[in-house]
Amino acid sequence: MSDAVAKAAATEAQSDAREGMSYLESIPMRLVTLWLPLGLIMLILLFPFYWMVLTSVKPNAQLIDMTTYNPFWVVSPTLEHIKRLLFETEYPRWLWNTMYVAFASTMLSIFASVLAAYAIVRLRFRGAQMIGGAIFMAYLIPPSILFIPLASVIHFYGLFDSPLALILVYPTILIPFSTWLLMGYFKTIPFELEECALIDGASRWQILTRIVLPLAIPGLISAFIFSFTLCWNEFIYALTLISSVQNRTVPVAIVSELVDGDVYRWGSLMAGAMLGSLPLVILYAFFVEHYVSAMTGAVKE
Amino acid sequence: MKELTPWGRLMVNRNWLAIWFMLPAAFFLLMFLAWPLILGVWLSFTDARLARPGVFIGLENYEWLLDDSVFWLSVFNTLLYTIVASIVKFAVGLYLALLLNRHMPFKAIIRSVVLIPFIVPTVLSAIAFWWIYDSQFSIISWSLKQMGLINQNINFLGDGNWARGSLIFANIWRGVPFVAITLLAGLQTVSPSLYEAATLDGASAWQRFRYVTYPLLTPIIAVVMTFSVLFTFTDFQLIWAMTRGGPANATHLMATLSYSRGILSGQLGEGAAIATSMIPFLLAAIMFSWFGLQRRKWQHGENNE
Repeated sequence: MSDAVAKAAATEAQSDAREGMSYLESIPMRLVTLWLPLGLIMLILLFPFYWMVLTSVKPNAQLIDMTTYNPFWVVSPTLEHIKRLLFETEYPRWLWNTMYVAFASTMLSIFASVLAAYAIVRLRFRGAQMIGGAIFMAYLIPPSILFIPLASVIHFYGLFDSPLALILVYPTILIPFSTWLLMGYFKTIPFELEECALIDGASRWQILTRIVLPLAIPGLISAFIFSFTLCWNEFIYALTLISSVQNRTVPVAIVSELVDGDVYRWGSLMAGAMLGSLPLVILYAFFVEHYVSAMTGAVKE
Repeated sequence: MKELTPWGRLMVNRNWLAIWFMLPAAFFLLMFLAWPLILGVWLSFTDARLARPGVFIGLENYEWLLDDSVFWLSVFNTLLYTIVASIVKFAVGLYLALLLNRHMPFKAIIRSVVLIPFIVPTVLSAIAFWWIYDSQFSIISWSLKQMGLINQNINFLGDGNWARGSLIFANIWRGVPFVAITLLAGLQTVSPSLYEAATLDGASAWQRFRYVTYPLLTPIIAVVMTFSVLFTFTDFQLIWAMTRGGPANATHLMATLSYSRGILSGQLGEGAAIATSMIPFLLAAIMFSWFGLQRRKWQHGENNE
């Protein structure tokens, strides 16, 4: 309790200090040095999304006629593109695949990462430091140099064109990252708690599930959110390892199935891009703090 | 002291227990990361094709590549893409981080909105860029024409140089939020009293940045840029979604070339050779940013105040 109060006081003091010297700036000065450049950058960063949403509700006639209608706005928006996408293509199926694969491989990797991170930080076995370093190096190996041999490996295991292939392969991207993140969280949990439990006769497994994990919940959420987003975003493995249309994930399906020669494809393409991003943006909106701490945590540790 | 059965020893002894704990992670990393990595290097010395195991042919794949002008073009493109995009991402990202670090209303909301381009799957935002760069209905061409700056639509993705530029811009667009938000986390650990002290000593805004902010930020810059360079160098999705290496191979990166040779044309060996030749570049980039900019003292997180 007093901890929380002290922390609140500290942040207040910090925010006071942060305001620091800004009173020295005049309002026109702030306008030019802060709001103008910030506004411009934000405009560029957000414009593609505005454009995506706008196009997905624009009737076809307005999409290609840029003289009678102002292209930056839409008159009488339509849901036709979204309807076409949901009922005339296999989009719902792709969305489900993406979600299912992302969820399953995230759970698998969190399970593996919790055990690995706990062993490296707390069991301090022989060579723990070295294994920690090796896991970090694994983080630096990009999928772009692995997909060709991986395709042969997956063929060899007989998993080609099955969602299971993706579920088993994605953890190689996620485990290094989550392990590294969770190691940071586990280090902050006091040793004394575990010593007490050991004296009381708890096994290592009990210590992990009853003491360490409940205390590391923020870390687990961060790892989960970030891993889930990475899976959703993954492209090259999903492109290489899945060949049938109904097993594809959203990013691959949009590029390879929805793109055809049609001039009018843009409406449903943009609708597909929008619906594919929406779940992640909503998830992000709920867990901004966890997301940012996952991102910066992985860089800082 | 109670005697332990062999099984009991396996469950309690620290080193044995560690093996149990490491087992799941080791399974994934060895089966699907380490093994393919080794296999990839091996494949690059064979003439393997899709669905046909190859025989060892030594350096033949690499000799082919040395004479292949498309391969060298892809190396040039990859280097250009990585160098230009990384420099701009760093400059704009740092600038945006400095802006976001200032005191302003709605700070939290603005910061979370900035990160959205990084959240949205790359391919999906690339598709949006593809539409923005459309040769006929590009909104950029339209706006420039309305302003009277150009008479004809710009062929963003149809002309080699324009295509390179457009792809680099899209990559920068996606990378800036990551650089900005991670650098912002670094900036927030810099104590404001340092700036006050520097101001009292008569330091200008530039001097405050150069002699206070920058040195304190160097370690985190090193890490962020290592990641940024790595991900830019091995980029695949953005190119594949927008140009697939075209027009006339002008935008092939090493990753996309390796995909189109290895998987689409089925020449696994050659594709693997292209992928393997990325490794030395990657190692060089990692070494450069790690040892060139890193300060050892900070590495363990003790002294980053």
